[in-house]
Formats: sequence, C-alpha cells, structure tokens
Amino acid sequence: MGTQVAPHPISPAQERGAVRAARPYLNPYAAGVGVGLVLLLTFVVLGHGLGATGAFSTLVATGAATVAPGHAAGSLPYAAYLEHGLASPLRDWLVLEIVGVTLGAVASAVAAGRYRRVVERGPRIGAAARMRYAFAGGLIMAIGAKLARGCTSGLALSGGAVLSVGAWLFIVAAFGAGYAAAPLFRKAWT
Amino acid sequence: MTPVLPIAPPGLVVEILSALVFGIGFGWFLERGGLGSAKKIAAQFYLTDMTVLKVMFSAIVTAAVGIAILGTAGVVDPSRLFIQPTFVLPQLIGGLVFGVGFVMGGLCPGTSCVAFASGRWDGLALIGGMLVGIVLFNEAYPLLDRFYGSTPLGVTTLAGVLGIPFGAGVALLTVVAGAACVVAERIERKVAK
Repeated sequence: MGTQVAPHPISPAQERGAVRAARPYLNPYAAGVGVGLVLLLTFVVLGHGLGATGAFSTLVATGAATVAPGHAAGSLPYAAYLEHGLASPLRDWLVLEIVGVTLGAVASAVAAGRYRRVVERGPRIGAAARMRYAFAGGLIMAIGAKLARGCTSGLALSGGAVLSVGAWLFIVAAFGAGYAAAPLFRKAWT
Repeated sequence: MTPVLPIAPPGLVVEILSALVFGIGFGWFLERGGLGSAKKIAAQFYLTDMTVLKVMFSAIVTAAVGIAILGTAGVVDPSRLFIQPTFVLPQLIGGLVFGVGFVMGGLCPGTSCVAFASGRWDGLALIGGMLVGIVLFNEAYPLLDRFYGSTPLGVTTLAGVLGIPFGAGVALLTVVAGAACVVAERIERKVAK
C-alpha cells in the first residue's frame, strides 16, 4: 500500500503555460555588492554617483517650461533644471540613467520569470486603495527628497558612499520616521 | 602623476553611454535583489524582511571601499568626486518627511521605476505622486527657500568630523554596517519564530 499523493492543484493559467515559475531573488548581499560596483564605476568614470529624483525634477521642469515658459524661467526650482544641457552631470544625465534603470529592471524581471502586471498590495487592502497610498506616498516622498536635496539613490546611496554627513543624517531620519510611522500603515501591508 | 579618473570633462558620448549602461546595471541589481517589490521593501519597517538594509549597506560599503582603495592607489582623484553638501535641518526634516512617504508608498523614487518596469501598476502611481509632489515643492519654494538654505555645513564628511583620514572613516563605516547586518539577521530569525 503506497502513500496517497494529493493531486497537484493546477490553475488555468499554469495549464496554458502562461505563468512561468518566478525564480527566487538573489541573495541581498550579492545584490548589494552588484549595486555597489555599479555605483563605484559611476564615481570612477564620472566623479558623481547615481540618482533618481533629479530625473523627475528635470521632467517637471521641462514640462513647466513647455506649458508656462515665463513662470519656469523665473522660478529657481524649475530654472535650476533647465539651464543645463546633456553635458551636465546629475541633470539630464539622470533622465537617461532612469531610462537605463527601467530597461535593466524589465530585463531582469523577464529573465527571472518575475514580470507580472499586478497592483502589488498587502492582504488587507484593495487595489484602488493601494494605488491611492502609492500616489500619496510618492507625493510626500518627493517633498522630503526635494527638501533634503536627494532621495535614497542620489543622497543616501551616493552621498553615503563618500561619507557625506548630510547623507547619513538623511538615512537615519528616513529610517527613523519609517519605523515611527509604520503602525499607521500596518493595515496596508500586513 | 595626476590620476586620470574621473574623466573630466566626460564628453557627450561617455555621458550618454554611461547613463544608459550604469542605469541598466543599477536597475538590474535592484530587481535581482527584490527591490521592485513594495511588499518586500515595506517589510523592512515591520521587521519581517530586512533586505532593504542589507542591500543598501552592502552597496554603500562596496562603493566606499572601492573609492578608498582606488584613491589611495592614485587611480582616482578623490578631490574631484562630488560629495553631497550638508544642510543639517533640511536634510533631517526632509529625511523624516521622506520616511513617512516611504512606508506609506512602499517604494522609493528609484525602486518605483523598478516596480513599474516589472509590471507593477503601484510603481506608476507612486511616480505620478512624485511628479505632483515636485510641482507642489517648486510652487511653494518662495516660502521654503530660507529653510532650504538654512544650517549649511558645506562639504562635510563623517571622516572630516571625526578628524580621521577617509580610509579610516570607510573602515569604521564597514564595521558599523557589518554590525547592523548581523543585528538585522538576528531580528529576522527572531520575528520568524
């Protein structure tokens, strides 16, 4: 008498072969060393680090210059992202870099069978609410990043590696506030 | 002999190619590490998955050690590296505001692009929120500019504050980051129980 084997539940999607099994993520330390080597190469070749928020600042400034050229030219936070050409680091370089980030991420996700068109959310929150939280979170984060002159990429990662005091103040404050505010958003994630 | 790196000025071809190639590498490794997933990032704040801390600290240490070695070897001129200037209060308050948005949205500006690139619509929503946030900041700038420029310390490094060489500062950082990762591993095991 052999052991009874339970029939394996197969979803219709798996039957059609539409969903490949997603490969597990890389060891976080290995991924970190990978990011660190890319960051090191960026410093070595160009003399500055990586970034993210600056690319969106350039997009906003370019948009403002198209819609309201006078307003954008006369307002410092817009004008600061308009006067530089492609040859200036940390301005338009970042827009291209972010295009690269998107290409690299899509290649990695597809190669690992992880590309999924979903709204990723916790078990107790609906998709529409999750989209609102993401939008509001992005809005708040952008204001913080603008005040601090950088985000997790441009300030924490890049400034952290060259031991900038401001970068480490930002890292400690951001994680501290994240932990302090976490109970407020528990329902969104757990 | 003066170090040849960083390349100055890089020129248009190097600018364009480096932006794309280094961007692709950055996005690739962020996705590999699982940082395109808001749930995985948010778990950092509920102590169930400390991947954010591990990836960030190992990336910072890797780059810092590399810069220290190549600087000492005379390959790279450390004085020509861009170091984020310090503005104590704006970076502290900015960090606090950022942290609240971070746990609410579950992604940071860079990883929102990774999330969107791996098919997640919440990544796109976060990008939309960021664009609006930047417009709000820019429009409020006349009210904020005094605070924005307050408490400036110029280019100040942790090594400079401690009065030690850059290499010693990097060594110290490596020890602290290593200890933080050991603690993170313990917390993960404890919470899993």
